Amino acid sequence: MASFLDAYATPKKDIPRRAYLTVSTLVAAAILALWCALSYGGLVRSDFLPTPDEVVTAAINGIADGSLLVNTSVSVTEIMSGFVIASVFAVPLGILMGSFKIAEAALEPVTNFVRYLPVSALIPLLILWVGIDIEEKISVIFIGTFFQQLILIADVSRGVSQDLLDVSYTLGANRRTVVARVLVPATLPGVMDTLRVTLGWAWTYLVVAELVAANKGLGYFILNSMRGLFTDQIFLGIMVIGLLGLITDQVFKLLRNWLLPWAAG
Amino acid sequence: MTVIATPKLRIANVALRFRSRGGVPVTALENISLDVEDKEFSVIVGPSGCGKTSLLRLVAGLIEPTEGAISLDDARISGPGKDRGMVFQSYTLFPWLTVQDNVEFGLRIAGIPAAQRRETAKRFIAQVGLNGFERLYPKQLSGGMMQRVALARALANDPAILLMDEPFGALDSQTRSLMQELLLDIWQASHKTVLFITHDIDESILLGDRVYVMTARPGRIKEMVQIGLPRPRTVDMLTSDAFIAIKRRIMHSIHEEAMRSVATERPAADG
Ligand SMILES: Nc1ncnc2c1ncn2[C@@H]1O[C@H](COP(=O)(O)OP(=O)(O)OP(=O)(O)O)[C@@H](O)[C@H]1O
Ligand SMILES: [Mg+2]
Repeated sequence: MASFLDAYATPKKDIPRRAYLTVSTLVAAAILALWCALSYGGLVRSDFLPTPDEVVTAAINGIADGSLLVNTSVSVTEIMSGFVIASVFAVPLGILMGSFKIAEAALEPVTNFVRYLPVSALIPLLILWVGIDIEEKISVIFIGTFFQQLILIADVSRGVSQDLLDVSYTLGANRRTVVARVLVPATLPGVMDTLRVTLGWAWTYLVVAELVAANKGLGYFILNSMRGLFTDQIFLGIMVIGLLGLITDQVFKLLRNWLLPWAAG
Repeated sequence: MTVIATPKLRIANVALRFRSRGGVPVTALENISLDVEDKEFSVIVGPSGCGKTSLLRLVAGLIEPTEGAISLDDARISGPGKDRGMVFQSYTLFPWLTVQDNVEFGLRIAGIPAAQRRETAKRFIAQVGLNGFERLYPKQLSGGMMQRVALARALANDPAILLMDEPFGALDSQTRSLMQELLLDIWQASHKTVLFITHDIDESILLGDRVYVMTARPGRIKEMVQIGLPRPRTVDMLTSDAFIAIKRRIMHSIHEEAMRSVATERPAADG
């Protein structure tokens, strides 16, 4: 017993890979089993909780008539556009904000104000300004991610060790060289981690973005299914979003190891 | 007419005060004067927090003194420059550069052609005993190896003076001994002018031609001890009678100071 506790209840201690995978699989299986029991067992009304095979059928139908692919690609386009535009501005501005007090003074108060506004509260304004087409969806994703990215990347930049900059000066670097060759590369692992986390958050804004005047997209698909009480389709939409989130997260993980092999962790 | 030889580095009546919260300035250094002669190995030994790093950062030009002046080769220091190479107390290798590229960093900035850069870097990497490690990244190195690369990187720039801030402070004692021997060998071969900082009395005597004893709060130079031990030096000397006599003298000096400060200790004593 003591040896079991030593092996599995010591903080931060590694456990065998087999044990790790077994536990992960068991939990996933348990959730699936619970779902089956509740739905097939008739414990929950079928218009509240679909059975797994109904969801699979919905998926097959969605693939067959092409609607699933169309909705997915519309959503991916919206997410990626909003996310890329946000990142293109947030990365350089965040680095400036964390390392130059003047940039911090200019940007931080505004950012901290906007960051706590619920994005949904801005939708009426966005409709007035950019209309109800894809621009509105991209704007929602942009606002949802940009300000969070800015704060996180500023922190990354602030965290770059002063000694690392100072040693560069003693090696003959001037200010410009220090920024371009030391400060920026030193932030890259943190920037990658921030992008990875905020891309996950961008997905969470999808339904909000497609709340208004959408006729395609996974968020619309879910909302529309709700109106017809098609819970199997709601489940399908949620699962596709989860799956895409998981895939993009893994892609980022691989990208980080590939682009920044020198970074720790 | 007499020629007065000026020292390589002259620190004249330097004081450093930090403005702190509440507006009460903290005096980190007071009335520091010392000269480092050309090709001389000078060591400053002092307790933790006495202002050693601040003094070295002043010489590096990373901060400015509140009073006094520092000059190198008779020219007043007004900012950082590659004539004063520095090895830091913390690990400061660029994580995204290999050992080779870290050592080449200063040369690359100076616009030295690639072939020459590579050759120079290789020479200094060999000198610190890291042949074959050129392509590794810092995360693959031990603490001792990282400090060797930092030393090679500073030396590759051929600075007029080498500033070293407790470079072996974070290493275990065996590794530290090895690093001390390595540094002695390198110094014996190059006779670089060095200003070295430590809190380790043994290290100060083993390495230095002169040892300045520093006291805390505010940091001052209490005395200068000329180390007459013959060169080349080895770690075997740590147990020689001459070494122990010098050590006794320095310990006495520091002890005296500690007693004095205990006697006058007040809560939150500062400035
Ligand atoms: N930027 C700063 N602002 C305010 N106080 C500072 C600053 N830098 C250093 N000090 C203070 O100056 C004193 C000397 O610090 P310094 O780092 O130079 O000491 P040190 O001898 O190198 O210490 P250690 O042995 O821990 O490396 C300390 O009391 C420290 O708190
Ligand atoms: Mg220090």
